[in-house]
Amino acid sequence: MSVPMPTHSSSASTLQPEKGQTHPFLGARSSLNLRRRLVNALVVLLTTLAALFAAGLLIYLLFYVLSQGLRYINLDFFTQLPTPNGEPGGGMGEAFQGSLILIALASLMGVPLGLFTGIYLAEFGRGPFAQAVRFLVDVLNGIPTIIFGLLAWVLIVIPMQTFSGLAGGFALGMIMIPIVTRTSEDVLRLVPRELREASLALGATEARTILQVVLPAARNGIITGVVLAMARVAGETAPLLMTAFGTTFWNTDITQPIDALPLRIFQFTLSPYQQQVNQAYAGAFVLIVLILLASLAVRLATGGFKQH
Amino acid sequence: MEQAIAEQLRSGAPPRAGTALSIEQLNAWYGRKQALFDINLTVPPLSVTALIGPSGCGKSTLVRCLNRLHETIPGARVEGRVLANGLDIYGRGIRPMNVRRHIGMVFQQPNPLPTRSIFENVAIGPRLNLGLRGARLRELVERSLRQAALWEEVKDRLHSPAISLSGGQQQRLCIARALALEPEVLLMDEPCSALDPISTLQVEELITYLKRQYTIVVVTHNMQQAARIADRTAFFLHGHLIEEGETQQLFTHPRKKETEDYISGRFG
Repeated sequence: MSVPMPTHSSSASTLQPEKGQTHPFLGARSSLNLRRRLVNALVVLLTTLAALFAAGLLIYLLFYVLSQGLRYINLDFFTQLPTPNGEPGGGMGEAFQGSLILIALASLMGVPLGLFTGIYLAEFGRGPFAQAVRFLVDVLNGIPTIIFGLLAWVLIVIPMQTFSGLAGGFALGMIMIPIVTRTSEDVLRLVPRELREASLALGATEARTILQVVLPAARNGIITGVVLAMARVAGETAPLLMTAFGTTFWNTDITQPIDALPLRIFQFTLSPYQQQVNQAYAGAFVLIVLILLASLAVRLATGGFKQH
Repeated sequence: MEQAIAEQLRSGAPPRAGTALSIEQLNAWYGRKQALFDINLTVPPLSVTALIGPSGCGKSTLVRCLNRLHETIPGARVEGRVLANGLDIYGRGIRPMNVRRHIGMVFQQPNPLPTRSIFENVAIGPRLNLGLRGARLRELVERSLRQAALWEEVKDRLHSPAISLSGGQQQRLCIARALALEPEVLLMDEPCSALDPISTLQVEELITYLKRQYTIVVVTHNMQQAARIADRTAFFLHGHLIEEGETQQLFTHPRKKETEDYISGRFG
């Protein structure tokens, strides 16, 4: 089976450096090589240190919050009201309930408005008006969230003469709109034109094509955007200070002040009682975990259901 | 005409006289760029007409003008007339959706609806447009899949996702989907260019079989394919129709020098 290999002595010799010369492939003078290696090592070291520091800070944060609050995370924490000042036990059940109500209200407003704006921008929006809308949505996305709280204060709290869940939901909904708009516009644009044409070529109207072909194809991306927007507003505190305000009682009446997890954390952190401070840490940990779970669930759900 | 066709569709699959297409003074633009210049072409009923030419010559644009798909691209525009058995599909009061129901299309890349099953992909057209459901719908889906020579391969997994099929199967699924609307004309835009040789052969055989019931216009950049399947061939260059005629005539005795240069492989 052995076949004698032909020898290409001439071509082999061209790659051999001749005496006293370096081959052009081997590069320039060695002092330059040394300098390059040093710079390279330095940059690798610096970026690695930065990455370690950033990751370390996050891990430290999680552990610190957990160590301070772990003792208070039990069933009561999720189901009981806060105890009167200084008494042991209790929880922040009303904050979980309130946060759920506020997120539901915000989604009721932010998801349809954001999604429809996204559909408009991706499917119909052309020319200067669409450009203006796109620009405004970007601006909206960058506005400090406390401004939305102020808007809800002016539009809802003052006329109603009371803090309310409604005002809180409105402020959070405003925050959701640009997030949902941008993500849904982006994923709708990613739906290939061939797919739309497949539907149009079957005699489907444009409306049907969008509803039955384009939206289902973009479903995963849209759901991701919605869940991430919900996770984002779940942690918002500033806009709730002057809208939902907070309470330490069960409340499902959205025309009355309503509690929220970040609000309760804020209030308890300022408390003079050590137990409430620790409960604030417990709440912070639960909030982090919930947001983490939401993004994880989205990633799993959409990653395991990938479309080509 | 539309009403007559709709009645015909409801009554089942009758023998047909076929639909002739007559393209008159057709011009098309993408924004400011003109893609087609004064095209005049007649497509006889129940035949296969191939459109050939180098990339960018306008052959795909022309076929997309025949079911009014061209105008769905932002900035795209069409002028001229396309007569289907005498009725101008660009005429007043004609709705593009109705045109597309009667003039089906198969694309270069197989494009089954990815979120739907094999059955749903074929059923969606007749369900939406003809209001069919239940047993009659299942019957039509089976008939379409049989016509597209796919039934035997998928009959046990009609409800698996369409994207689980191979490329060649997906393309035949797209043909079945177009046939399920029982169109008059079938447009095919390079239907084999994304397929392997065996799938290509299957689709070509299918085209030859389907021309007994459908008027077929097929875009191809493969001259051998045009020679194998087409009754008539039209050669395009830079948006102009250079020459058109019987396939054999065009390939053996081209009248124009450009045609001869192209088919003898001197460019393109």
